[in-house]
Parts: sequence; C-alpha cells; structure tokens
Amino acid sequence: MNVVEMRGIYKYFGNFCANRNVDFTLREGEIHALLGENGAGKSTLMNCLYGMYNSAQGQIFINGKEVSITSPNDAIENGIGMVHQHFMLIPQLSVTKNVFMGMKEAGLVYNMKELDQRVKDMSTKFGFNVDDPTAYIWQLPVGVQQKVEIIKVLMRNAKILILDEPTAVLTPQEVKELFKSLKLLVSQGYSIILITHHMSEVLDYCDRVTVMRLGEVIGSVDVKDTNEDQLANMMVGRDIDLDRKIVPQPQGDPMIEVKDLRVKNDKGLEAVKGVSFKVHAGEIVGIAGVDGNGQLELAEAIVGGRKIVSGDVLFNGESVVNKDIRYRLNAGMAHIPDDRQKKGLVMQMSIKENMVLSNEQSDTYKTGKFLDNKKINAKAKELVDEFDVRPTDIDYKAGSLSGGNQQKVILAREVDRHPKMMIAIQPTRGLDIGAIEFVRSKLIEERGRQTAVMLISTDLDEILSLSDRILVMHGGEFMGEVTYDVPIDKIGLMMAGQRAEGGAE
Amino acid sequence: MVYFLTSVVRMAVPLMIAALGLVVSERAGLMNIGVEGIMLFGCFFSFFVSYNTGSTWLGLLAGCAAGIISSFIFACASITFKASQIVVGCAMNMLGSGLTAVMFRKYFMENSVNGALANSFQAIPIPVLSKIPVIGDVFFNHNIIVYFCYFLIFAVWFVMNRTSIGVKIIACGEHPKAADSLGINVFVVRYLATLFSGFMMGLAGTYLAIAQSNTFQVDMTGGKGYIAMAVVVLGQWKALGVVFGSLIFGAANALQMAIQNSTVINIQYNLILAIPYVITVLAVIVSGRKRIFDASAKGTPYIKS
Repeated sequence: MNVVEMRGIYKYFGNFCANRNVDFTLREGEIHALLGENGAGKSTLMNCLYGMYNSAQGQIFINGKEVSITSPNDAIENGIGMVHQHFMLIPQLSVTKNVFMGMKEAGLVYNMKELDQRVKDMSTKFGFNVDDPTAYIWQLPVGVQQKVEIIKVLMRNAKILILDEPTAVLTPQEVKELFKSLKLLVSQGYSIILITHHMSEVLDYCDRVTVMRLGEVIGSVDVKDTNEDQLANMMVGRDIDLDRKIVPQPQGDPMIEVKDLRVKNDKGLEAVKGVSFKVHAGEIVGIAGVDGNGQLELAEAIVGGRKIVSGDVLFNGESVVNKDIRYRLNAGMAHIPDDRQKKGLVMQMSIKENMVLSNEQSDTYKTGKFLDNKKINAKAKELVDEFDVRPTDIDYKAGSLSGGNQQKVILAREVDRHPKMMIAIQPTRGLDIGAIEFVRSKLIEERGRQTAVMLISTDLDEILSLSDRILVMHGGEFMGEVTYDVPIDKIGLMMAGQRAEGGAE
Repeated sequence: MVYFLTSVVRMAVPLMIAALGLVVSERAGLMNIGVEGIMLFGCFFSFFVSYNTGSTWLGLLAGCAAGIISSFIFACASITFKASQIVVGCAMNMLGSGLTAVMFRKYFMENSVNGALANSFQAIPIPVLSKIPVIGDVFFNHNIIVYFCYFLIFAVWFVMNRTSIGVKIIACGEHPKAADSLGINVFVVRYLATLFSGFMMGLAGTYLAIAQSNTFQVDMTGGKGYIAMAVVVLGQWKALGVVFGSLIFGAANALQMAIQNSTVINIQYNLILAIPYVITVLAVIVSGRKRIFDASAKGTPYIKS
C-alpha cells in the first residue's frame, strides 16, 4: 500500500523552479531513498510534504486519502514527522523538554517524572541509547542528538518518517547503529524516507530509491535491481568515474617535515601527541581517521592557525614554528580549510573579493601600492572560467553560491598562488558528485605540478583513491602507514586504535 | 542593621520585578533596552491616576496598563515590522523620558511649587510572620507590591521551568525555526512575552512612584531599567538568579544611602552615588563569559520562509 503519494508537485522560489512535476510514492514498511545531488530538489520536496513550504501545484495523498498540508501541524496530524538536516533542537533545554515541546498532549504543567520515563521507554524500545532524558542537549554528542530528534518525531505518533541527510554528521559506527534502529522501525510498520547523496547508504540499507536531478524525478527503482554506476548516471546525467587515477611519478625533496609535534585542542587537552612525518614534493599523503582524532589540530598547527606545544615543523628545510601565517603563505603554503563558510570565505563578499583575500599583496592584483580593479576583474574572470564556478558573475556574493561552487572559489584562490605545499582538510565534505570529481582532479593536478599535498579526510574512499601513502590517525597518534591496496578492514582496525606493525615514517 | 537589610529589599524589589519581566522577554528572543522608558511610563501614569482619583489601586492598574501599552509599541515595531530592536528600544527610552517630563510639567508644575503628592501603598505587616525577629521586619513588613513580587518570583520560575509555556518561550528565543517546525506560533509567543515584560516594567515603575515614594520626578528611574538588564545577565537569565542579582544591587543602593547618611564616613556624595553603576559594570564583566542561557536568536526578528 502507498502511504504517501505525491502527484505533480511544482514549487517555485521566485522564478527558480525547485520542483517540476514531481511524482513520488512511499510504500508501507519500506526505507525509501531520495537520492540526488545538492540542489536537486530533494529537501524542497520533503519540506512540501512536511508543510514547511507550500507547493504551488500538485496533490498529496496520505494512506490513499487526499490531504492539504500547509503547515507542519497538518503534517504531524497526518502522521508525518521530519528529522531535519540541521537539528531542530534547543540546546538549553533537556532532552525531555525538547521531545514534548509544543505537544498539547503533554499538558500545560509538565509532570517531569512521567515525561522522562516516556522518553526512556521509547529509547529502550528502539535501541536509541538516550540514557539520560534530563541531560541538556548541548551536553550530548551529535549522534545522540539525532536520536532525540527521532524520538521527538515518534512521540508525535508519526508513522511516516522523513530523514534529511541523517548520516552527514555521524561516524561509520554511528551510521551502522542508526540504520539498525531504522530497520527495527520499519519492521514495526513505520515507513521511512531517507534523503541522501551517498550511494553506499542507498545500496546497503534501502529498499527502493527515487533519483532526482535539477528539480525533476529521473526514476524510481528497487535497490536490488540497480547498481552504483546506474545510480550515479541517473544522478548526474552522465557517467561518473571516481576510481583511482593516481599513477606513480617521481617525487622531489621533502617539502614538509614534522618532528615530534604536540598540539592542544580548544579544550586545552593534548590533541596531537608527538607526531612525525614527511610529505615530499609531488606526492599526496592521505591522513585517514575518524573525525576528532587530532587531524584538524595537526593541520592547523602546520598552517599556523594553532599554537604548537613542542616539536618542529620544517617547511622546505626551514623551521616555521615561530613564523606567522602570512610568512608561511608567502613561503608557499596553501590551505583548504575544513569549514568553507566560516574559515574559507567571507560570505558577504563577492567572488572576486574572496579571490583577492590573502593574495592582496601579490602583484597579480596590484598596480604600484594599490589594488587595481581592472586586474582583479580580469584575473577573477579567468579563474571563474578555469574553475567552472557558476554563476560566472564575479560580483556574485560568495554566500549565495552552492557548496560546490564555494569550494571551487577557495580552490581557485589557493591553486593560483602556485603553492609548494597544499593542505586540504575535508575538501569534498558535503559536495555533490560533480564537484567532488572536480576537486579531486584539481588535487591530482597539483600533485602533477610537484606540489606536496596533504589530504585530511574522514572519507576513506577519498583517501584510498587519491593517496600515494596513507597515515592512519587515532587519538592524536599515527597508528601506522599503509598504501591504497591495503585491505579495508585493516585500515578500519587502525582507525579504531590498533597499531600496524612498523611505525610511521 | 535591620534597617539596612530592610532597605536592601526595598531597593531590590523594583529591579527584581523589571528583571523578571526581562527574563521572559529576553529568553523569547527580544532585546528590549527600552526598559527605562517603559518604567517611566509606569511611574508617571500610576502617579497621575493615584493623584487624581485618590486610589492607589487604580494607580497600580494605570501603571501596569501604561507598561503593557508602551511595550506593545515596541512589540509591533520589532516583531511585526522587524525594526532593529536596539534602535526601537532607544526610542522608547527617549519617548518615556521626554513624554513623562512634558506631561508632568504640564499638569503639576503650575499648581504646586515642588512635589505634588499622591496616595501611596502603605506597609502591611503580615500577621505572625512579621513578628519573627530580623526576618520579620526585613521580609514581611512591606507594601503589597513587595508581596506580589515574592509571588512573581515563584510564578516566573515555575512557568519557565515546569510548563509548556516556558518551553515555548525558550524555543522561540533559541531556535525560532525549530519552534515553528513544531507548530509553535513564534510571533504570538514573542508578542505575549513582550507584553508580559511590559506589564512587569510598568509594575516596577508603579512601585517607584506610589509605593517606595509618593511622587513623580522627571527621570526618577535613574538608570534602574539599565541596571535591571545587568541583573538579568548576572542572574544568567533565570528567575532565581535574578533574585540573587537584584539583591546585590539592592545592597549596593542601600549601602550608598547608608554612607550618604553616615556622619562617620565623609566622601564626596557624587562618588557614592556611582556605587551601583560601578557594580553594574563589574557584575556584567564577571558574568560576561557564561552565556549558555542567553537566547541565541535574541535581537533578530523571525522571518518565516
């Protein structure tokens, strides 16, 4: 039976058509993936179903009956619940209060003991390990916060769950746990829509998949009848090749040499515990590991954004420990930060202004002592073309660009400096396949130019397909060095803290 | 000593009332710096009505109504029309100060040289309780508004911590979109929170005019509205914290008066008058780092997409 049926949905933002004649059906008791690149209209469609947006045209049927959903309240009444990508939780309130927030059933005066117990019961029933309902949300790890969101939805008697990119913030173990819970839900008659752009999740855990591209549905298929290549093709509209393209090439001298480096994190705890390694010109060294094991602190210490407790960093043979960031940039370091919106770009500034940032002392943009608008415009246009930034308007605000295009602007700026060394931290996180392919090919190009590339990523596939050598980091230390052909479960064990025989070099 | 402690409570009450109101509206996401002006409206109208009718109760009603009506202006401008809350708040302060001064001169300066006096609330000792040594005089020998304030402490605490209303208010201040996604009407909640805080500011003004004293003076709040805002920071946006915070400021005020009246200590009185304000700055600096409970969406209007 179809629990949800959407027919001919249209949704416009201004003149932009985000959903065009979309049909979508969800069967009872299935996990149905909604797959597509960023901006394909998946979230828009689901926000229409959940009443956050009102569609311009189209019909929605719930359990075979036509309904009109104009607000989240309508959706909740029809048994639809949504877990948003950016959690809708109040950090300053307890788990229980978040769960019952806005629920009439909980009454005016809360009976905290009873409500706490109900949260606990629900948590045990579905294996959500939300142990302490009185804890404040801000005290909980992201994975648990997500469980709270799901409990919130279930408590409202939703039978149809929409999950918007739920795995984006989770570790591989947490992902497994989440899907275990979801399977349990489905077996009890719940139906789940999963918005994602990870094909592996679709293939491993889902029953059916609907692929969207540019606001339209390309098709719906049973997962058992499809494969990765077909899905990628449906998503992007052409064949996509993310296979390894690294061919052996001669390497130069060590460009960066880190010796017994110790660095503290924001909480004042030691995050990098005596790490030593080298990156040679013309090689990509991948640093693998679960998020939060000191990779970010290591990179920031090398770039100069974080104080070094002890140890040494040699760049091109010279110690840069006591040099400021400006000096390191001028000496030939480039850096793609982990958070492009907060650290990589100034969102309120235009594309061209962002390209000038940190290069404002370079002669590329100056005539004499002053910045030269003509030079800036010319260079920015050239870079926008070369890096395929869309829209091509160089006065467009960086904040209005899609994630992929934002990353391209950063990449253009950093690559154009012709660095000797490039540190890329999670360069493809949250990007769509097309942009991922582009960013990776640029990193490979840099390698070809004999740049030393240090790639930090929690995406193991990315590390394996790009790296000459792979260092696995856990708890602030290297567990060992491997190459791309190593069995994946061996890396997995190293990521979990098991040391490989032989140390890192 | 008993006299000193009693005056601590007397000085703390107007701050406490205004700050309790602010706790509610700030946690709902509104930065209302117009407290001073709204309190002045409360002062003037409670005095005006009490003076003309002879009824303190009608005065109280008028003072609270004035607070609600003037905060409604603030709510309209900042919630419906999404104007900058800081600018609107400033305007409220100037409006309150200017308008009450003009009206006061118009109605009272002509027929009396200085100081028209109105009926005011008198102390009502609570039977039994007021007979307890020290505590009795300090806490249970005051006018009715003070007792009402005790009740309000409990009421605000209870509503914010134990009811769905409190959860809704906090949700609207922290993450209005989340509140919206659960079917909570952000606009209504914010309006009601603002009007409640206006009621409290009006009540605080009423206390100053016809309970603590029995007259109106131009700008008689003397920065108490701003201090109430500092009290909220010091009290970490919590009802009980605010009680503690306003007692500190009440003590500073009482100390200032005690030193002024003292024949032993001889300091320039201008310096002594500055004590509460110096403490304000210090307190905000000290508590400035802990902002966990400061509403994240404070000062930003909610725009529904």
